[in-house]
Amino acid sequence: MDNVDKEPSMLKQKEMIGAHFDRLAEAPAQGKKVVYTFVPGNLTELLLSFDVLPVYPEINALQSAMRKRSGDFISEAERIGHSEDVCTYVKCDIGMKRSGNIGPTGKPIPKPDLLLLSYTGCFTFLKWFELLREEYDCPVVLLHTPYQADGEITPSMREYMVRQIRSEVIPALEKLTGRAYDEDRLRECLELSRQAEDDMVHVLESAQNRPSPIDAYFGGVFYIGPMFTAFRGTKAAVDYYAMLKQEVDARIARGEGPITPDGPMGPEKYRLVVEGPPNWTHFREFWRMFSEEGAVVVASTYTKVGGVFDFGFRHDPNDPLGTLADYCMGCYTNRSLPQRVEMLASYAKKFSADGILVNSVKSCNSFSAGQLVILREVEKRTGIAGGFIETDLVDARYFSAANVKNRIESYLQMIEQKRSGKTEEVRA
Amino acid sequence: MRVFTGIDLGSTTTKAVMLDENGDILGRGITNSRSNYDLAAAIAKAEARTSARFVLLGRELATTEDAAALDRFLPRLQIELRRRQHLQRLEVLREICAEECQHPRVARIREELERRVDQIVSQLVAAEARPGPLAIITKEAKGSDFFRDRASSDYSRLAEKAADVEVGFDDLMSIFDKAIIRVENTELKEGFEELILQALLDLGSRFDETTLARYRAAVQRTLAIELIDGGVIGTGYGRQRLPFPKESIRSEILCHGLGAHHQFPNTRTVLDIGGQDTKAIQVDGVGIVTSFQMNDRCAAGCGRYLGYIADEMNLGLHELGPIALQSERTVKISSTCTVFAGAELRDHLSSGQRQEDILAGLHRAIILRAMSLLARSGGIDDEFTFTGGVANNPAAVKALRQLVQENYGDRVLNISPNSIYTGALGAALFCRRAAEDRAAA
Ligand code: SF4
Repeated sequence: MDNVDKEPSMLKQKEMIGAHFDRLAEAPAQGKKVVYTFVPGNLTELLLSFDVLPVYPEINALQSAMRKRSGDFISEAERIGHSEDVCTYVKCDIGMKRSGNIGPTGKPIPKPDLLLLSYTGCFTFLKWFELLREEYDCPVVLLHTPYQADGEITPSMREYMVRQIRSEVIPALEKLTGRAYDEDRLRECLELSRQAEDDMVHVLESAQNRPSPIDAYFGGVFYIGPMFTAFRGTKAAVDYYAMLKQEVDARIARGEGPITPDGPMGPEKYRLVVEGPPNWTHFREFWRMFSEEGAVVVASTYTKVGGVFDFGFRHDPNDPLGTLADYCMGCYTNRSLPQRVEMLASYAKKFSADGILVNSVKSCNSFSAGQLVILREVEKRTGIAGGFIETDLVDARYFSAANVKNRIESYLQMIEQKRSGKTEEVRA
Repeated sequence: MRVFTGIDLGSTTTKAVMLDENGDILGRGITNSRSNYDLAAAIAKAEARTSARFVLLGRELATTEDAAALDRFLPRLQIELRRRQHLQRLEVLREICAEECQHPRVARIREELERRVDQIVSQLVAAEARPGPLAIITKEAKGSDFFRDRASSDYSRLAEKAADVEVGFDDLMSIFDKAIIRVENTELKEGFEELILQALLDLGSRFDETTLARYRAAVQRTLAIELIDGGVIGTGYGRQRLPFPKESIRSEILCHGLGAHHQFPNTRTVLDIGGQDTKAIQVDGVGIVTSFQMNDRCAAGCGRYLGYIADEMNLGLHELGPIALQSERTVKISSTCTVFAGAELRDHLSSGQRQEDILAGLHRAIILRAMSLLARSGGIDDEFTFTGGVANNPAAVKALRQLVQENYGDRVLNISPNSIYTGALGAALFCRRAAEDRAAA
């Protein structure tokens, strides 16, 4: 993350993250409460309104991978009996805990006072917190999020969520902190979320430009960082996104493409939509395989796992609990296969993409299932070329650079052929 | 004449195909892939060039000779040329052996060692220099690695005789083993152009004067054809290090698709099982890839796996298929993982299963894996072309036929005798196409 982008927004983000980990390290001494929760469907604003500090285990895992520590952590977890097939996020997290729980900035991460399981679409999450409950001997509060199996959020689903937040989550937080639920404070946070969300959507939509000023996948994971984690609902996030928006707008005005870890990208040759999370152990190498070929990702679904904002949803301060419910149920991970197909197809069109590429990760049984079907369906609907690669999140053993590179290059050349009119369709 | 070359740098062999201006195949060359990619590419290309010269010579001769005469003459001439090239290589071997004898490791016996090694090489030269019908025609396709095979067996036979208590067999062989690698990595100075007239002379006594004069004239006309390099496109496993600029490199997947289309124009689905990877490719009516899948980082179920099994069973790789064909009851093998396969294999053997039944099961297991890739790439459409080294294995082909029939019904299955050159052919076609595009621009 260090020198991916030298622009001020990047430095600001680094500062924000550093400050957050400092606060975490000092939490026990200061008597602050710490809650572990997951990215999809996180109730960060609610946590902030109680003045507790959130920790996101997946984020720790991916950051460990970027710092090349995940291999050791995974081995540690396998040594205590977790099999090779367990999601590597889980193993990385457990291994990190067993190895002293040192965060990405080198400071210790305090143990949780509460585990808030606010997303249940992936069964692994349940099991993961069950394990953490054992490890830390601390309470769990569960918010059961109904899956959008029929592709919509019904009023009864919403009521069900609101009821749980009111009668399970809030009392648990009140008990933990000794404070009463403060709805005004929550509204303030939600208003700040709304403002930041507007700017973030503007940034992600900027990829409609040619050349795209951003990479909406590799660069995108940095842009969503503050929004999907501890900063949504803070003034810092509002400032960050305002700053980022300005930078991106300036790049558009100058006709510039994205900035990669190796500097500004060369001419844009391919515009891709990507489904699936990135690989973190070889993040830069992986990105370079695209950027060197002139491939830019103009839209990705991974940047929607912590909230889908580009179809109009914003946190609404006027309906605090209802809006939290909508947010949780609206995350990408909580959407049905047809909804995912719909979303990808709409991205292909909106962002004038040349291709749709799936990065299927070995770890994730929940979301890798069905990806090939999704791919075929999007190909059929949009007529753009589909590609498929396989890696893993944080287990380097499942990243074969030569193999992945080979597939990416073949895929891009396939797009090139298609475009250059050498194919049957075009010739006919 | 402008020629276009495609080079496929595979994990075990490097192949080259040369096309003429009309896109017809002029020549093919193959050699062992080595750590030095540039050299492997250069050697394969030189081989393809030599074989192209023979095709051109054939065309020239066809204007004056009948087919039967051609069949009598051309293969012989090819053998003579190869013999000449072997003699050249033996001289290189002699020099390098002498250098290797200077190594301090053998200082104690240097003089005697030098003398005997030189003697052996002289005997090899003498054997090779004897003109006459050499029974090597069937090995023609093996190209330059043939030299190694032949030289090793002859050298070790002679070394056995030459060894005694003073200079042991191992001493003699260690010089050879070191030297042969360097010999293989030395490009020959003289090729078709330089050696063909000598080769013709060697054959002289077999034909009457007037025939020979016609042959010589044809050779001269062939030599007069200038082969102008219209470009080279590289592909394959080692393609990242191909000694070509980036624009001259094409993905092996695209090359296999286009190559298979050229071999069988109705091809819609291609399966390639090579040493290290398996690819399932869908192509459109002009040979352009529309979708593909390949095995992930694990090489389970690829050609390597068969090599491993052959080692485990103490068999030659080429023996596996024919043995498996004798099976009457295929054993079910669950794993194509090279790590587990050994254990499973021993299990089956110790429980009294017959070797051929186990082997049939292994072949089926490989093909099952390929079937899953095929399904994921979009299924098997008519016609279906099988390429790569494993396409030469009859048991694999049999298993494939069965599984295709069971899963997809009737499909035309194409296997080209030149299937190993499919990738290089595709690259050559891309090369020619790029030249056309440049000309059009
Ligand atoms: S299985 Fe997938 S969704 Fe579930 S925790 Fe692992 S990576 Fe996340």
